Amino acid sequence: MYRYDNFDHQITGQRIAQFGDQVRRRLSGELTEDEFRILRLHNGLYLQVHAYMLRVAVPYGLLSSAQMRMLATISRKYDRDYGHFSTRQNVQFNWIRLEDAPAILADLARVEMHANQTSGNCIRNITCDEFAGVAQDEIVDPRPYAEILRQWSTFHPEFAYLPRKFKIAITGASADRAATAVHDIGLAAVKNAQGKIGFRVLVGGGLGRTPILGTEICDFVPWQHVITYLESIVRVYNEYGRRDNLYKARIKILVKAIGIDEFRRRVEADWQHTRDGPCTITVEELNRVAAFFTAPDYEQLPEHNAAMAAQKSESRAFSNWVQRNVKPHKVPGYAAVVLSLKKTGIAPGDATAVQMDAAADLAERFSYGELRVTHMQNLVLADVKQSDLFDLWLAARELGMATPNIGLLTDIICCPGGDFCSLANARSIPLAKAIAERFDNLDFQHDIGEIELNMSGCMNACGHHHVGNIGILGVDKDGEEWYQVSIGGAQGNDSSLGKVIGRSFTFAQTPEVVGRLLEVYVRERFADERFIDTVRRIGPIPFKDHVYAAPVNDDQALAGEEYRLLAAGANHDTPLYASGV
Amino acid sequence: MIIKNKAIAADDWTVLRLDKSDTPNDVVVPNGKIIVPLKVWQTQRDALRARTGLGVWLAGDERAEELKNDLAMFSVIAVDFPKFADGRGYTIARHLRTRLGYTGELRAIGDVLRDQMFYMQRVGFDAFATRSDKDIGAALKGLNDFSVTYQASSDEKLPLFRRVQRGGGL
Repeated sequence: MYRYDNFDHQITGQRIAQFGDQVRRRLSGELTEDEFRILRLHNGLYLQVHAYMLRVAVPYGLLSSAQMRMLATISRKYDRDYGHFSTRQNVQFNWIRLEDAPAILADLARVEMHANQTSGNCIRNITCDEFAGVAQDEIVDPRPYAEILRQWSTFHPEFAYLPRKFKIAITGASADRAATAVHDIGLAAVKNAQGKIGFRVLVGGGLGRTPILGTEICDFVPWQHVITYLESIVRVYNEYGRRDNLYKARIKILVKAIGIDEFRRRVEADWQHTRDGPCTITVEELNRVAAFFTAPDYEQLPEHNAAMAAQKSESRAFSNWVQRNVKPHKVPGYAAVVLSLKKTGIAPGDATAVQMDAAADLAERFSYGELRVTHMQNLVLADVKQSDLFDLWLAARELGMATPNIGLLTDIICCPGGDFCSLANARSIPLAKAIAERFDNLDFQHDIGEIELNMSGCMNACGHHHVGNIGILGVDKDGEEWYQVSIGGAQGNDSSLGKVIGRSFTFAQTPEVVGRLLEVYVRERFADERFIDTVRRIGPIPFKDHVYAAPVNDDQALAGEEYRLLAAGANHDTPLYASGV
Repeated sequence: MIIKNKAIAADDWTVLRLDKSDTPNDVVVPNGKIIVPLKVWQTQRDALRARTGLGVWLAGDERAEELKNDLAMFSVIAVDFPKFADGRGYTIARHLRTRLGYTGELRAIGDVLRDQMFYMQRVGFDAFATRSDKDIGAALKGLNDFSVTYQASSDEKLPLFRRVQRGGGL
């Protein structure tokens, strides 16, 4: 993976000194909260319900064991022994003191990590396919480009005060595992007929209160020009994006307002001034960065490991795990393994300090000391020998990270919600837990098969509810929490936005509503048809009819243990799940 | 006082801002060294071009290109930041320096604060009329927050990877 040189260290160190001084000036009153707010956001620090939240970037999702251990250390030293992995390959610590923030950034810098631009109206952490470098369907390894763009976007002087936040995702494979269609800019590496490498560029995708899938602005930008081309997109956005209304300030609104053709014309007009200029990426620079992402020293192994086949037939639990959590690898005899952070009873994406340390150990033992963080809020060990899978499974099971539910109903994407986030209308984590509890039976989950249930606590859509096959959105009605349910959303190559099925439900009703949607699917599905395909084939009406045919029981007892504790007035100063595994 | 060329300097320019009752074509431009709004320049140019000591300022929604043929008329061009979080002025400055080749004084006016000045300097500002309620001596320090930068901009013609020998792979 990429290692900092002296320049990277210098820039990071100077940033920490700058922010340390800004914190000092805030604490002395020299800076007002209004002046300081944007500065702390540019360093990943939000003021949340209980405390400050620090969002640490995991650039393009790649972590070394040493880095993961530092995250564990930070959670012990400055937080409550756990961290939350978000949908944008960031790690969030929820109980931070402002005074500690500069020291945390200094700890991060020791392992070449940072929290730069993880919030604020600037270019955010650039996200990537979690199987980059090992996927069988990979055309180009996107990581060198992601690193080059990370450096370009870091403290870009022209683009620190954009109209709104700006998110870029990049993939180099034929299957889009980076959700590029719902980013402000989505890049997909392609090889053209002449064998040259470039990027198909989507612009103006995004979720939030106006969900829109990105539109193609260019089908092939040669890789050398990707900085200048992106710079022109962001420049046109900076000049013409709306600043009068927070909710209409994203680039998607601009693209929609003037149309993709006019937007493209302005971008190309700007690009004519910089194309082939000094910001064109050189072969030397690409080679320098790419040299950090060379493949590990793989052993020559047979395509299939015989011992593993035997272990699978001996243990159904192991077999289930292999089926769901083990993914193909481009090198014979190897596999990529997803460590589930979606054990029932745990907030989706949460990992304790013990788990983080243990995952770092597993990575060292089984996967060349590297981990990845996924936008589905799980962890990946990307280079595991098939012959090691059984031992890895045993170890991961001990740690509560071997739930065989990747891609299944309880692999829920979920934002922090009302327990933590000051923007949220409703709690999302307790409802995710209530749903997971209700459908905890693994045989049932395997029977339902691939399905994505995404949940957001407000329309900012951090839980990507629009692109969930089932999407749940927390809404506020006269100060009460309600949940709006949609179906038919999807991410990846066939991205689509879900449609709301009708009036919203209470917390206690929602697990039952999910159950009714699944009943229609089970009734209507063809053999091996996924939930999303059934929804697309028969449309939303049969689902809607069934859900609203009879009153949905609002029996709070059905909503699970979490709800009973909440209803009994549990004190959210310490969220229920913070007690850990 | 303003910050100019990395030092605190006396300043005798006045920025003309229009009141609600003023219109660009009939507002009276006072004598002396004055920085007028773009629209005033455009509507009163025949009267104003005879002056020595004239400046012009651009608002966030105005384009640098509108001054394309007039750059030589001004001793100073200013860009207004209505709010420090409004970033349009950075692109305006970059266009003035890089695309139009303006080499005279480029001044940031309005909500100009220490913690934005490093980026402002990078895109081409060399003068800063910092907000009067803030300590200008402290603000001056904001210009030295970083000694290394990744990107090319108005201050550095080359990105870091063309400027220096970077560290290699493993």
